[in-house]
Amino acid sequence: MISEQLQENPLIAVLDARFPGIIESAVEQHGQTILYITPAHIVEVCTVLRDEHGFIRASSITALDWYPQEPRFEVVYLLHSIKHNLRIRLKCRVSGENPSIDSICSVWAGANWYEREVFDLFGIQFLNHPDLRRIMMPEGWEGHPLRKDFPVHGHKYDYGEGTH
Amino acid sequence: MSESFTPSITTTVEPISDAGSNRKMTLNMGPQHPSTHGVLRIVLELDGETITKAQPEIGFLHTGIEKQCEALTFQQVIPLTDRVDYLANLSNNLCYCLGVEKLLNIEVPPRAVWTRVLLTELTRINSHLVWLGTHALDMGAMSMFFYCARDREELLKIFEMFSGQRLMTSYFRIGGLALDHPRGGLEACRKFVQMFPSKIDEYETLLDNNPIWKSRTIGVGTVPVETLLALGATGPMIRAAGIPWDARKDEPYSGYQHFEFDVPTRTENDVYARYRVRMEEMRQSLRIMTQALEGMPDGPFQADAPKVVLPQREKMKTQMEALIYHFKIVTEGVRVPAGEVYQVIESPRGELGYYIVSDGTSKPYRVHMRTPSFGNIQTLGVMCEGGLIADTIASMGSMDFVLGDTDR
Repeated sequence: MISEQLQENPLIAVLDARFPGIIESAVEQHGQTILYITPAHIVEVCTVLRDEHGFIRASSITALDWYPQEPRFEVVYLLHSIKHNLRIRLKCRVSGENPSIDSICSVWAGANWYEREVFDLFGIQFLNHPDLRRIMMPEGWEGHPLRKDFPVHGHKYDYGEGTH
Repeated sequence: MSESFTPSITTTVEPISDAGSNRKMTLNMGPQHPSTHGVLRIVLELDGETITKAQPEIGFLHTGIEKQCEALTFQQVIPLTDRVDYLANLSNNLCYCLGVEKLLNIEVPPRAVWTRVLLTELTRINSHLVWLGTHALDMGAMSMFFYCARDREELLKIFEMFSGQRLMTSYFRIGGLALDHPRGGLEACRKFVQMFPSKIDEYETLLDNNPIWKSRTIGVGTVPVETLLALGATGPMIRAAGIPWDARKDEPYSGYQHFEFDVPTRTENDVYARYRVRMEEMRQSLRIMTQALEGMPDGPFQADAPKVVLPQREKMKTQMEALIYHFKIVTEGVRVPAGEVYQVIESPRGELGYYIVSDGTSKPYRVHMRTPSFGNIQTLGVMCEGGLIADTIASMGSMDFVLGDTDR
């Protein structure tokens, strides 16, 4: 569902015509546009945004954990077009059972580290990512710290063998 | 000395055996290398002294600040934002406060806005001074570090006057400032603005007439502009590559549209160009500070929002409401309407963004910090490839990353 104030937005109209039904909903908050996209088509949408609308960089990629709701995760893409001085936020809802989404490293090379960070801290898999490893936490760390069911003080205080 | 500085003795070392000349070597630079100014590890693959592959590894300084934010109230997060980028703490304070103010929909009085501009520009100079001193130190120009430290001392005194702290200032609050100006605070700023231009000239004289500095920076560390942008570099990195994007001009925040200043750019896209851009930025910061000092308005320094801003001590002695609001804010925190916002400002290092999500309670549901160093450091691999080991130091220095800003 696209809110009334965004019906006129040319970018949304173009995307809606190009990929019918791909926009689950669109809202505007504090003057910023947020589009909810079907996760299966994220790479295509990003490619079109890059090639035809001047979004030459992904400012950042992050995620939200709405535990215990389902679908649990939202992957958030903060995109920026320097040419048109425009920002747009894409969101994809991802299920809590084996969460995974396609990697957009092929669209913006800089997505590499941001996706690694989301993988590390939320445990969301990025399919076709060239180098999906932990980036912030030690290799042997158990769990994903930014999940809501991960306690703030950590699961254990014992930094024994294999945790670092 | 002429500009094209060539060493008089040429040394050619014969390889000891044939097998040795073809062997590739992997070299770990760091995690604690003196020139990284923090914990960063770069895995270099070498062919002789030429780098064939460079892979930066981060995460050694990860403190989980984003996770901690979720356990604290909105005001309690402010001291944490200081610690993200400890050289540009007021920029981080400002970005966070502006984001929460947008969610709360409150207006900040002009005096607070002007003071914020004044002090964030001072922060920019502070950060650039540390960068200049340490970058030049890495290249062997030792006296630069002492000069920069000397002048930074004056600037830290101003921070101490305003907030009582030299480094972790936490001077901005949601809805305004923590305190009004101290006695003599503006006077100290005025003195600094008058004193500092001659210092910049002095630094430039020292470096621009230095053939070693020039031969080690000119033409070093270039990356194609498209690659820079796609990898997420911002700030002086892209401005030295000819892209004039600056959040202060393009997405004005905190009243920057009222100030006159230029966005310095260069086209060479090398280490030297980044140096030139930052030197020019310091001059522009002084220009903004001068305007902020001239037009500093009178009036309140906090917004008229009793449910958000802590009441004055004097009022608490006479008014029951003030006492109640104080109690509620301190014990419970500020309730922020549900919603989300992405606030961008131009930190000394580039695009600093706070993505704040509130679920209607007094604690943030999620705070994501889009820190400029994270994007900038990602370009390091591309920048170093094909260069020499010594050029890695020059390239790293030109990025001006802060490891706290990278790992959060």
